[in-house]
Amino acid sequence: MTGPEGTVGDALSGVHGSLLHPRVFGFIGFGLALWLAVSGRRRYAARVRALSDRVTSLPRRLLPDARVRAGVYLAVLGFAIAYPLALNSYWQEVLVDQIGVYVLLALGLNVVVGFAGLLDLGYIAFYAIGAYSVAYWSGSLPVHPPFHLDPFYAIPLAIVAAMLAGVLLGTPTLRLRGDYLAIVTLGFGEIIQIAATNMQGITGGAPGVVGIPHFKFELFGVHYAWGLSNLPYYYLLLGFVVLVLFAFRSLEHSRVGRAWVAIREDEVAAESAGINVLKYKVMAFAIGASTSGFAGVLEGSKISYIEPADFTVQLSILILVLVIFGGMGSLPGAVVGAAVLQWLPQYLRVHPLLGFQQQDLYLYLGALLIVMMIFRPEGILPSRRREREIGLAEHGIGRADAVGGTSGPIA
Amino acid sequence: MAASAGMSASAPGRHEVVVSVEDVTLSFGGVTSLSHVSLQQARGEILAVIGPNGAGKTSLFNCLTGVYVPQSGRIVFYSRRRGPVSIVGHRPHLVNRAGIARTFQTSRLFNALTAFENVKIGVESPQRTGPLGAMLHLPRTRREERESDSRTVELLEFVGLRGRSNDLASALPYGDRRRLEIARALGTGPELLLLDEPAAGTNPAEKAALAELIRDVNARMGVSVLLIEHDMGLVMSLADRIVVLNFGQVIASGTPAEVQRDPAVVEAYLGAPDPEDA
Repeated sequence: MTGPEGTVGDALSGVHGSLLHPRVFGFIGFGLALWLAVSGRRRYAARVRALSDRVTSLPRRLLPDARVRAGVYLAVLGFAIAYPLALNSYWQEVLVDQIGVYVLLALGLNVVVGFAGLLDLGYIAFYAIGAYSVAYWSGSLPVHPPFHLDPFYAIPLAIVAAMLAGVLLGTPTLRLRGDYLAIVTLGFGEIIQIAATNMQGITGGAPGVVGIPHFKFELFGVHYAWGLSNLPYYYLLLGFVVLVLFAFRSLEHSRVGRAWVAIREDEVAAESAGINVLKYKVMAFAIGASTSGFAGVLEGSKISYIEPADFTVQLSILILVLVIFGGMGSLPGAVVGAAVLQWLPQYLRVHPLLGFQQQDLYLYLGALLIVMMIFRPEGILPSRRREREIGLAEHGIGRADAVGGTSGPIA
Repeated sequence: MAASAGMSASAPGRHEVVVSVEDVTLSFGGVTSLSHVSLQQARGEILAVIGPNGAGKTSLFNCLTGVYVPQSGRIVFYSRRRGPVSIVGHRPHLVNRAGIARTFQTSRLFNALTAFENVKIGVESPQRTGPLGAMLHLPRTRREERESDSRTVELLEFVGLRGRSNDLASALPYGDRRRLEIARALGTGPELLLLDEPAAGTNPAEKAALAELIRDVNARMGVSVLLIEHDMGLVMSLADRIVVLNFGQVIASGTPAEVQRDPAVVEAYLGAPDPEDA
C-alpha cells in the first residue's frame, strides 16, 4: 500500500518511485531512530512514562469527582453538537466518513478486544454485512428482497444480520484460544470480501453497488429525509455513539462486564466459578458485530455506493490500531483514539508536515503501534482494569498480554 | 444437566451420599492417571484425599469438576436441588452450577480485580441478567446487583476479609489469597467444596486459621468438603474420613486412625517421607 502507483512507460518506474524515492531514506532514518528508542528503552522508559503520566494525571485527578466528570462529558457533548456547524463541508464530510463512523467501529471492536480480550482481525466483515444488508433491503442489489424497505427501517434488520453473522462465526470458533481465533477471524474477513467480489449475481461483484437510497423517516406524520449534506448523518451518528457509550458503560460495570474480565484473566478459573465462557465470548462478538453492522448501514446509505474493495483486512487492522492507541477496554479511549488518529491524517493531507503522504499512512501507524507497545501499552486513556493487568503482567503475575487473556494450560 | 444418573446408584450406607465416584479411569496417551478409582462421600462430611505427588489427586479433582473427561466410569453428584447429576461430560461451568465448587492448587484469582469483585463474580454467576438487562438497567438487574453486593459482603466477612474488600487480589498476602479463593467458590452456592491443597505455602498461624475456616464452612454453611492436602497434621485434625491414592489407585480408606495404621499406607506414604513434601 505504500509507494506511488506505477506508470506504463518506464519499466523501472516502480523502483525509482518507491525503492529509490528520497522518502525511503527518511523512513530508514525513522526506523533507526525507532531502533535506538527501543534499545534505549530501559534507560528512558520510566522517564517517558512519568512524563505521559503527568500529562494524563490532571484529568484523572479531576475525573473521580462524579460532578466534574459529568460536566466534562456534557462539555464534550456540547462541543460535539455545536462545533460541526462552524466547519466547511470538507471537514464535515471528514467528521462523518472518517471520524464518526470510525469512532463507532472502534467502540464496537473495543467490546470484543478490550472487554472480552478476543483478537478479532475480521471485524470489518460485519461492517460489510451491514452495508450489503441495507443495499439488499433497499433493492439495490441484483437479488431483490421480498419487500422493499427504506434504509432507515432496514437499520434493525441489518444490525440483526450482522449480529447473526457474529453468532454464527463465533459459536464454532470461539472455542479456540488466542492466536487461533485471530487466524480464523482473519480468514472470515477475507472470505466475506472475496465472496462479495465474486458472487456477482448476488452482490453485484467487484464494481460494487450504486444507488443505495438515503435514509428517510416517516412516522406519525413526522417525516425527515437525509440527503447529500453531511450534518444530518453526523447527528444521527452522534446520537448513536452517545447511546452506545451509555449502553457499553453499563455493560462494563455489570455482571456481563465482570464475566468478561474474568474470562480475559483466567478462563479456567472463570469456568469453575460458574461462568459459561463460550456464551460470554459469543455475546461480546455479537455486540461488536452489530455495532459494526450499524456503521455499515449508515455509511452505505450515506455514500449510496459500496464496493468489495472498501472492506479490506487493512481496515480491520486500522480499527484495531485505533482501539489499541486509545486504550483497550476504555470507552473514552476508543472515542479519543479513533478521533485523533483519524483526524490527524486528514489534517496532514491539508497541511503537509515533513513530507507526509497519505499512502504512507500505514507505515506511520505501524511505527506508532510499536512505540505505544514499548512506552505505553495501556493506551492514551487506559481503562483502570487493563492498566492493572498490564502492570501485573510486567511483574510476572497473571497472563495479560498486549491483546488479551489467553489462558495457560489447565492445572 | 439433563442426564440424570437414576436413583439406583449404589446404596448410600449409613449416610446420604453427596458424591459417588464409580470405577473411574483416566489416562493421557499411555500414562494412566487414575485407574478404577471408586469412592463415596457422605453429605456433610469432610473427606481428605491424600497420596504422594503424582498419585492422581488433582486429576481426580479435575474429573470431578468437568475439566477432564475420564475414559470410563461414572461420577454422580447428588444435588439437593436437582437430584442425581452425572458429572462426566459436562463443562466445568455446568458442574459448578450443579453445586460443586473448587479452588486450585496454585490460587487462580482474578488478579487485576479487587477482592470484592472476585467474590462477586462467583456470587452472580448463577444470576440471569443478560446484556440487555445490563445495558438498560432493568429492575431485575438492579435487584440482582443489590443481592449479590450484600451476599459478597457476607462472604468476605465470613472468610475474614471484610477489611480488604477494595484491595486488589494480587496485593493480598498468601493466606488471604487462599481465603479469597474459598470465598469466591462459596459465592457460587455449592453443596460440595473441593479444596486443592488449601494450606500449601501458608505459615503455621495461617494454617491454623484456615483449618478453622474450613471447619466453619463445613459446620456453619453445611457444605461438604473434599480436600487434597499434604500437611498430615491438618488432614488428621480436619478430616472425618481419608482416602489414600497411590499411582492412580485407591489403596486405603477409612477414619484417620484406621488409615494411619494401614500398612499399605505406611509403606506408600507415611512411612517413607516424600522429599518433596513440606
